[in-house]
Amino acid sequence: MRVNFTVNGRPQEADDVWEGESLLYVLRERLGLPGSKNACEQGECGSCTVRLDGVPVCSCLVAAGQVEGREVVTVEGLAEYAKQRAEHGGACGTGACGDNGTSLQAAQQWSARPSGGAADSRTGEGAELSPIQQAFIDAGAVQCGFCTPGLLVAADEMLERNPSPSDEDIREALSGNLCRCTGYEKILDAVRLAAARQERQGEAV
Amino acid sequence: MDFLRPASWEEALAAKAEHPTAVPIAGGTDVMVEINFDHRRPEYLLDLNRIELLREWEVGEENVRLGASVPYTQIMEHLRAELPGLALASHTVASPQIRNRGGVGGNLGTASPAGDAHPALLAAGAEVEVESVRGSRFIPIDAFYTGVKRNALQPDELIKTVHIKKADGPQQYSKVGTRNAMVIAVCAFGLALHPETRTVRTGIGSAAPTPVRAREAEEFLNAALEEGGFWESGKIITPSIAKQFAELASGACNPIDDVRGTAKYRRHAVGIMARRTLGWTWEQYRGTGRTLEGAA
Repeated sequence: MRVNFTVNGRPQEADDVWEGESLLYVLRERLGLPGSKNACEQGECGSCTVRLDGVPVCSCLVAAGQVEGREVVTVEGLAEYAKQRAEHGGACGTGACGDNGTSLQAAQQWSARPSGGAADSRTGEGAELSPIQQAFIDAGAVQCGFCTPGLLVAADEMLERNPSPSDEDIREALSGNLCRCTGYEKILDAVRLAAARQERQGEAV
Repeated sequence: MDFLRPASWEEALAAKAEHPTAVPIAGGTDVMVEINFDHRRPEYLLDLNRIELLREWEVGEENVRLGASVPYTQIMEHLRAELPGLALASHTVASPQIRNRGGVGGNLGTASPAGDAHPALLAAGAEVEVESVRGSRFIPIDAFYTGVKRNALQPDELIKTVHIKKADGPQQYSKVGTRNAMVIAVCAFGLALHPETRTVRTGIGSAAPTPVRAREAEEFLNAALEEGGFWESGKIITPSIAKQFAELASGACNPIDDVRGTAKYRRHAVGIMARRTLGWTWEQYRGTGRTLEGAA
């Protein structure tokens, strides 16, 4: 079957989708967006977390056919999504504001080191990153990196909803994302850092 | 496999009548796991996501009419006062991502003895409104669970709404697991005080082939509270009453040994949870006469 839906603010069409296929499979294998990770396939690990009409979900548990006509934001579109949100305020709930968004090609080639730029993927310097992505780099919250995309999407959504989270709020919001490397401490640091920066920016405006 | 995408409730009922083997999928948090792991290859998937009425709820005089697909997140956020037991139970479901998708209709459809909503529904008192092209009927929650992962639905029926009695007193929910998130209950216990009728209702999860009420424990406690004038006086429930209640709750279990725990442990833990939830709710009742908020 064919599935039409919006990915990172741009309309996309996936063909030859098997009826029992997950949204995760469509993103990775049909649209070439491997940012959302495939690990447990049972909603335990959160590595495949995406926003579906703004709501964080495990894309491995959404049937492809269920996203027909709906809006999905993946980690590849997170930087642009966060930028839109900062510019348009809360009005941009879906990341599809204006005609911006992230093209499929740009998303497929997304990297913290844009070609030709002087960006450094280790520091994020010069790259287009969302505040939460930058905070993960600055706090050293990434080790093997497999859980990172899911954590970024989940943490970004929490900060959108709750700009001044307590440690409990952070733990709760990230309770569906497993990390086997870091022991979570630096991930918590990163989210606290992003929240503090967000707050400072809010005061400056 | 065929993917059926009805745009309305009527279309969904027609599709289910035409294809009784169709597997309804709403949040997908059970169904997709089975498909991903090749445990199930249904001939038809019946997507219920486009049916608005399943995502709506309404607070009435006596009941809350809860659409089958209302996600747990919404129950926690919006129905904590009316359905404190179910809101507490919802908060123990898996993770935010899962709670954003899953709902009570799925718990009922799957009818796993470990479904988190069941003890809260049994304790509060509820009826499940199911419908087919032949018409609709209300199934009392006590009659809904018919076996391990079996329920009272006919092949052509779909779960539409769960009618849950609004709390008229404190309700509590307790669940045993290895951590706070992403846990399938080792066992669970729901308890609701109903001061208007001077009754106590309970629900036990994951400690019998189906979710069950601890009926003997309820009957004993109802009689003991009545005889001792506890509802009027609001005095502390004596330890001997609480102990007997806990023992009877343990006795209502018919558990198995499995990877999550032994039968012996489950029986023991249900007794402990019964005593604790009784203590918590009774303190709330004594404190304010009628507390409607669940203490998280």
